[in-house]
Amino acid sequence: MLLIACPWCGEREELEFHYGGQAHVPYPADPEGLSDGEWAEYLFVRDNPKGPFAERWSHAAGCRRWFNLIRHTVTHEILAVQSNRPVAAGQPKPVLP
Amino acid sequence: MSHQLPSHQLPEHPDWLWRTPDPKRSYDVIIVGAGGHGLATAYYLARNHGITNVAVLERGWLAGGNMARNTTIIRSNYLCEESAALYEHALKLWEVLPQELDYDFLFSQRGVLNLAHTLQDVREGTRRVNANRLGGVDAEWLDPDQVREFCPIVNTSPDVRYPVLGATLQPRAGIAKHDHVAWALARRADAYGVDLIQGCEVTGFLREGDRVTGVRTNRGPISAGRVALAAAGHSSVLADLVGLRLPIQSHPLQALVSELLEPVHPTVVMSNHVHVYVSQAHKGELVMGAGVDSYNGYGQRGSFHLIEHQMAAALELFPIFARAHVLRTWGGIVDVTPDASPIIGPTPIENLYLNCGWGTGGFKATPSSGWVYAHTIATGEPHPLAEPFALERFTTGALIDEHGAAAVAH
Repeated sequence: MLLIACPWCGEREELEFHYGGQAHVPYPADPEGLSDGEWAEYLFVRDNPKGPFAERWSHAAGCRRWFNLIRHTVTHEILAVQSNRPVAAGQPKPVLP
Repeated sequence: MSHQLPSHQLPEHPDWLWRTPDPKRSYDVIIVGAGGHGLATAYYLARNHGITNVAVLERGWLAGGNMARNTTIIRSNYLCEESAALYEHALKLWEVLPQELDYDFLFSQRGVLNLAHTLQDVREGTRRVNANRLGGVDAEWLDPDQVREFCPIVNTSPDVRYPVLGATLQPRAGIAKHDHVAWALARRADAYGVDLIQGCEVTGFLREGDRVTGVRTNRGPISAGRVALAAAGHSSVLADLVGLRLPIQSHPLQALVSELLEPVHPTVVMSNHVHVYVSQAHKGELVMGAGVDSYNGYGQRGSFHLIEHQMAAALELFPIFARAHVLRTWGGIVDVTPDASPIIGPTPIENLYLNCGWGTGGFKATPSSGWVYAHTIATGEPHPLAEPFALERFTTGALIDEHGAAAVAH
């Protein structure tokens, strides 16, 4: 069971949260111009690292707000909790530790 | 339906069932991962295609990954034609393998019930029964009285939160002793001359341009005509080493067993809706599982709230288990695809083959997975049963959506 620090509500048990997968995956800037392969990449392919991973969570049973955190996928240590603002297309992603 | 077998009927401990050779410098085929699928692939490469200059490389110990961590359920009652064909091929192989391998791995066709608790479950179940029967897969629809007759310990009272409204039954489904399946395949692959090399971790790939020519390992580089990945859970970590991105997310999936009980549970019972699945092992443990943890992870342990949830569901379905103690829990890492179906076939990198994405249900497919993968590796062309499961389906959009029939939430 993870203990997750919601930026607004503080530390709560994992079961109050909903998992949203990888963070900072912007909608394609030019959807009309995407090839089938690029669409497949956007729809279906995400990072799956063994190590630090930037991911989205929603405090579904609490304040219901989304936020990002960086969690180690082996130790489950939560290395950072980030703001809820997704990175817009073309902007640099936060650097993983 | 004999599911009580005295332990003296179990085969010997497998120390002498295969050699432990040092890796040669070169092989025709290197298979990465000595789990069930890797071993079955090696076996069928030798048996069906005469290719025996093969090494199976295993980072840990033979069959110590998901092969040692699953709940051993075997069935083929999938919805889509492509999946039903693949898993039914496996079931037919399961039916002949103990004799063919000359090794009793306690394959027991005690049937599987997939319970329905809502009107939608009933509709899904009856539809799947019809689809199965059209596809040549044995399937029946049982009403609650028939469920109670087939498995008397299921609580079919209407006075529970999610009453049993019926169930699909696949009579030919069952369980097997997973370790022994691996040992049986390993022994025969070894007898054909396949090198099973444990403690040998792949750390990179040898490449010439767009072609893979071998692997780097902690025991030195090994060249190969073809390299076939069969490393469930860690496929995307391996593929990363060669610059290949996969539509795979790795999740922890946990299971548990109870203390040993008298034989009381005559079949396999699964429930998508209240979400637990239970069978009784030959020795007497209740083997239980539920869904994956929602988050990605490689830690080989899961969250406790999932166990609480599945135990609550199990107790409502089986009040008889109220005083059973949990003996141990464990977790495996499953690689999950967006459509809950596996990926089998060539990759954009020449001589590199992929077998992954079996999600929560790879064990039942073990022989079929090996059969079609061996064909694909030996001929360079996908086996007809594997063709729909190619990586390209995520680009063409021809997905094989089996989230419903996969039966475990992932």
